[in-house]
Amino acid sequence: MREGVDVDALILSRLQFAITTVYHFLFVPVTLGLSIFVALLETWYVNSGSYEERIKLKKLVKFFGTIFLINFAMGVVTGIVQEFHFGMNWSEYSRFMGDIFGAPLALEALSAFFIESTFIGVWIFGWDKLSEKCHCLCIWLVALGSNLSAFWILVANSFMQHPVGYEIQDGRAVMTSLFDLITNPYVLGEYSHAFFSGITTAGFLVIVICAWKISTDEVSREMFMRTLRRAVLFSFVGVMGVIGSGHMHAQYLATGNPMKLASFEALWETEDPAPFAVVADINQAAGRNDSEITIPYLFTFMVHNSFSGEVKGINDLQREAVENYGSGNYIPDVCGMFWSFRIMVGAGMLMLGIVFVMGLLSFFFGETMKKPNCLRCSLKFMPILLPLPFIANSVGWYIMEAGRQPWIVVGLQKTAQAVSPNLSSGEVWLTLIGFTAIYLFLAVIAVFTAMNFIKRTKITEELEA
Amino acid sequence: MDLNVIWFVLIVVLFTGFFILEGFDYGVGMMLIGRPEKERTQLIRSIGPVWDANQVWMITAGGAAFAAFPHFYATLFSAAYLALFLMLMALILRGVAFELRGKFGNQDWKLLWDGAIIFGSFVPALLWGVAIANLLRGLPIDAQMHYAGNFFNLLSPYTILAGIFFVLLFAFHGITFLMVRLADERLLLDLQRKGKCLGAAAWIAYIAFIIASMFETDVLSQSAGVIIFAISAGVLSAAWDFLRGGKQKSAFIATSVSITITTVGFFTALFPRLMVSSLNPEWSLTIYNAASTQGTLLIMTIAAVILVPIVLAYQYWTYKTFKKRVAPIG
Repeated sequence: MREGVDVDALILSRLQFAITTVYHFLFVPVTLGLSIFVALLETWYVNSGSYEERIKLKKLVKFFGTIFLINFAMGVVTGIVQEFHFGMNWSEYSRFMGDIFGAPLALEALSAFFIESTFIGVWIFGWDKLSEKCHCLCIWLVALGSNLSAFWILVANSFMQHPVGYEIQDGRAVMTSLFDLITNPYVLGEYSHAFFSGITTAGFLVIVICAWKISTDEVSREMFMRTLRRAVLFSFVGVMGVIGSGHMHAQYLATGNPMKLASFEALWETEDPAPFAVVADINQAAGRNDSEITIPYLFTFMVHNSFSGEVKGINDLQREAVENYGSGNYIPDVCGMFWSFRIMVGAGMLMLGIVFVMGLLSFFFGETMKKPNCLRCSLKFMPILLPLPFIANSVGWYIMEAGRQPWIVVGLQKTAQAVSPNLSSGEVWLTLIGFTAIYLFLAVIAVFTAMNFIKRTKITEELEA
Repeated sequence: MDLNVIWFVLIVVLFTGFFILEGFDYGVGMMLIGRPEKERTQLIRSIGPVWDANQVWMITAGGAAFAAFPHFYATLFSAAYLALFLMLMALILRGVAFELRGKFGNQDWKLLWDGAIIFGSFVPALLWGVAIANLLRGLPIDAQMHYAGNFFNLLSPYTILAGIFFVLLFAFHGITFLMVRLADERLLLDLQRKGKCLGAAAWIAYIAFIIASMFETDVLSQSAGVIIFAISAGVLSAAWDFLRGGKQKSAFIATSVSITITTVGFFTALFPRLMVSSLNPEWSLTIYNAASTQGTLLIMTIAAVILVPIVLAYQYWTYKTFKKRVAPIG
């Protein structure tokens, strides 16, 4: 560590960035997926037939559009905090990486932020000013802008996980090829996984809202039953995509970032074939699991699609890292990785099951749900399950970022070298408390506002007053 | 012209766009003070469709500074740590307030969020004035480009004067914008009356700021700084005259031009520096020692040349779509 850096300022800056990122990423997946879902709903509306049908569909678009907007506002304001954090708390990172990291960030602003923020404004206020098709195009552009923005920021993030297309000049990382940055194999894994988790999160949110409305709102029931079927299909695509992209990315990690992969599975020694630890009592200090329950061959099979093949263990990778980068501890928090990974996969599997059950109900038991009975009554409790996708997203983001520690840019710069040298712990304490307080306050307000809106809004064929 | 200069110009363009567009958004936000709910709603509707996109000009200016002049971005943002914290809190509250204020019919709920919009409009306007003045006046920056001061180094009578000037300028600009966007005659008359006072106040603050700049900065030794500021102050007085004479469009154009010239004046006085070091002129950040490599600058130039005109085209279309004046309520 450099002289003069306040150690507490470093730890607090990390905590502050983690809190902001995870908080921001509660809203981002909803934006990514719900923008597409609302766009699909509006396309349905534009192409629909009868007069009554159109009134109801328009109300439905506005209903989910409003939920989207509350979420979108939260995502936008926390996104600004993200951009400012790099310079505020991580000035040495910004100096070292500016040549590479600034480019995708500026491209994100120019090519994506402008599109989404311009057309969301037009969409909100343009119902009577634009033709239906033109209005519908606006929400598609918002969806495009949001997803483009996710792409650029993940291009930047992928470099931190797996640097490509660069060289070191005068102690700074310098871009040699933007094309290499974009075609970094890490981008494909990260972006596809984030995109499909956005679809899943938004789909799941819509499922929960539909279930609750079906159970409690007599007059709107019919429209929400029809929406539920679409949301189930939407979520199903999302969950399958998440599983597929996650599997693909994990296989890639075996070469792209083996330390991270070994930490996910708490595999301390290199093995061939490697077993899969279902649960483990991890002893990080001793570099082993004190006890574990394993399934033989499974980890090797997951990585290599065959029952033979080597998977590198943490202790060997540590030795390699010392050879390459000099003495130091290159092992992330294995216990946190291991259990977070299991929480993520567990939540994903649970969601797959729930989506499947909701699919059965909505496609085959529609008549049953029209009558008052236990089944319909129990749907009222669906909101209890709503945290699932948000938990999965948060721990997923955690393992992605904590899995590259102690590096901020793997192999190039350590997190401890990246913090702004002029910050005192007092200053960071102040901002950490301030940001956390406002995040909590706004979370309560946003959830309260959205719940109240969902409760009182009816989707009927009566014209709005 | 080399790429570093091109990027300096682009940063000026982005800041100009930001100050013109968010300038009137902030100004409209300030005008909510002390008005009844129906008037506040009209005011907010005038910027409703566009404020979010206008704010992206600031985000893009930040991103462009990061990409083209990373040391500038790193030094400025870490130096202004607590000031930016304050600004972010203000922007967070303002951003959600626009979305949440209309979600309930309750008067107190609306009042709460309109208060957030007022706070979120004043604070960034003030702080951007303080920030820009600090670039010019100089901050304790050491040989490694690290900031060697604290929060209170950012505040001096001169920088606070610049902050107040920005607040008044944006408030006046907000009024000239509202004059072309609203239809409620009674409200327009009231705004015109307020605009005459605010315009005069902004002009006095501007003159005070120009005089202070001569003593506090090296603006006199720089090529054209003072002359540019003087022209801008002239345009501002023309805006005041247009407003008084009921020439609404001309008044709005004049305040926009005045903001443009002011921004250009600031950066002309700075050029080729980005941040002045008060410890040693040699340690100032310039468009050469703070820049990215030529390769990155070239790629970003190509991207900007393609994307900025597209952005301008669809933003122009937005303003055309919403050019009809906001109908009076009740």
